Amino acid sequence: VTAADLLRADLQLVISLVPEGSRVLDLGCGDGSLMAHLRDERGCDVRGIELAPAEIAAALGRGLSVIQGDLDAGLRGYPDDSFDVVVLSQTIQVMRNPALLLREMLRVGKRGIITFPNFGHWKVRGYLALKGRMPVSESIPFSWYDTPNIHHTTLKDFRDFVAANGGELEREIPLSAGEWRREIHEVSLWPNLFADTAVAVVRKAP
Amino acid sequence: VEKPGWWDVMVGPGQAIDTQKYFVICSNVLGGCMGTTGPGSVDPSTGKPYALSFPLVTIEDMVNAQAALLTELGVETLLAVIGGSVGGMQALAWAKQYPQRVRTCIGVATTPRLGAQAIGFNEVGRQAILADAHFNGGDYYGSQEPEQGLAIARMVGHITYLSDESMRAKFGRRLQDRAYHAFDFVTEFEVESYLSYQGRKFVERFDANSYLYMTKAMDYFDLAGSSTIAESLAGTPVRFLLITFSSDWLFPTYQTAGLVDALRAARAEVSFAEIPSPYGHDAFLLEPEEQRRYIEPFLERALFEARAELGLAEGGDAS
Repeated sequence: VTAADLLRADLQLVISLVPEGSRVLDLGCGDGSLMAHLRDERGCDVRGIELAPAEIAAALGRGLSVIQGDLDAGLRGYPDDSFDVVVLSQTIQVMRNPALLLREMLRVGKRGIITFPNFGHWKVRGYLALKGRMPVSESIPFSWYDTPNIHHTTLKDFRDFVAANGGELEREIPLSAGEWRREIHEVSLWPNLFADTAVAVVRKAP
Repeated sequence: VEKPGWWDVMVGPGQAIDTQKYFVICSNVLGGCMGTTGPGSVDPSTGKPYALSFPLVTIEDMVNAQAALLTELGVETLLAVIGGSVGGMQALAWAKQYPQRVRTCIGVATTPRLGAQAIGFNEVGRQAILADAHFNGGDYYGSQEPEQGLAIARMVGHITYLSDESMRAKFGRRLQDRAYHAFDFVTEFEVESYLSYQGRKFVERFDANSYLYMTKAMDYFDLAGSSTIAESLAGTPVRFLLITFSSDWLFPTYQTAGLVDALRAARAEVSFAEIPSPYGHDAFLLEPEEQRRYIEPFLERALFEARAELGLAEGGDAS
């Protein structure tokens, strides 16, 4: 088992989308496992932003440069176009102002890679339709009142969101995870219904 | 028996700056009064203390003196230069002046330049010394020293090291050794008693002239120099770790945040964290564990990388 196997499956896909030697900013970088991988395996020049002290300390122990910051405040301090790739992994749904952050990502990076849970997935729809209750599952284990996920989106809504905020969708990769989230496969049939996660590559609209 | 130094909670066997792993060098500053030459030192050309004929020194001068010391010791490169407050200014100046001699720079509760508020308080302290009847143009060695002025300077300084919250918790409006207000100009509130004690203690160990020189060096320090911080540190190979404390209004977080932005613009490797603390500027002496959380892994990684680069095996000599 290599370090890459232990990375979340969607992160492995993110890694494959980052060109070698890129300058990368990882938003909500956690303990820096994605950053360390991009640095060591793909020769990237990586920087991170994280809020939690224990995660920052872990990233420092990996020799990574991490700024403590709240993404809801935007990316002030980073010049325009200072990164090739800005990564936002499974975080957009917890932002207070996702539109501000998307615009900031498009400002400081040539490309943005955003992974997010698809609220249009059939299980979510079925839960609400059949039970009449806010969906709670193993991957979304929160009640409506204590969930950190305050801005749910579906694949279709996400497309509109990107277009409405000065971006364009370069790629959209709908994914469905296996039982243990170790394997993922791309969903080609009715992705907004069958993908539980998506990876989007965005860039500034011309 | 001497009291343990303020650094004892950070530097020592098993501490964040572990003396079992790292060779730690700490010298007194140029212009100070605890070892290195300062205004209280004897001028060999007159046989008397320099007093105010001692040239004004800058933070950069202090760093140059430290670099000369290292050269004398035969130490070419430092794994890390670490400092808090005015020591942090020196750490930053090290990174700027000797980027090839320091691998990493850790600045705690420091700033690339003081704000007007901090300069203002320094000036009040200096004026208290200059106005002391015994100051005598700085030429007071061997006679009555300007103790009153220096004590007042220290009292003002101590207020700036605390915070509204920490003063409320520590003293409130409590009275010292009495039940009723005196309605007289005596020391009666606990906060007065504390400040008066700190002032008296300081006079025993510090030279008033050095206080003038030190505070002036702090006021003059500006990491940007004649350009901008981003320009003067562009392409720096030094890796930075900057730590601030939420209630520090003397070296406020926004000033370090500005430095972080400049370093980001310079594409430097910079990490930053703000530690929540009620203790004001003093937090850098009172929150060792919170600092250790960041400093320990940062240093360990720097040591690991230095050893890898120098081809030293684990456990080898990394000084």
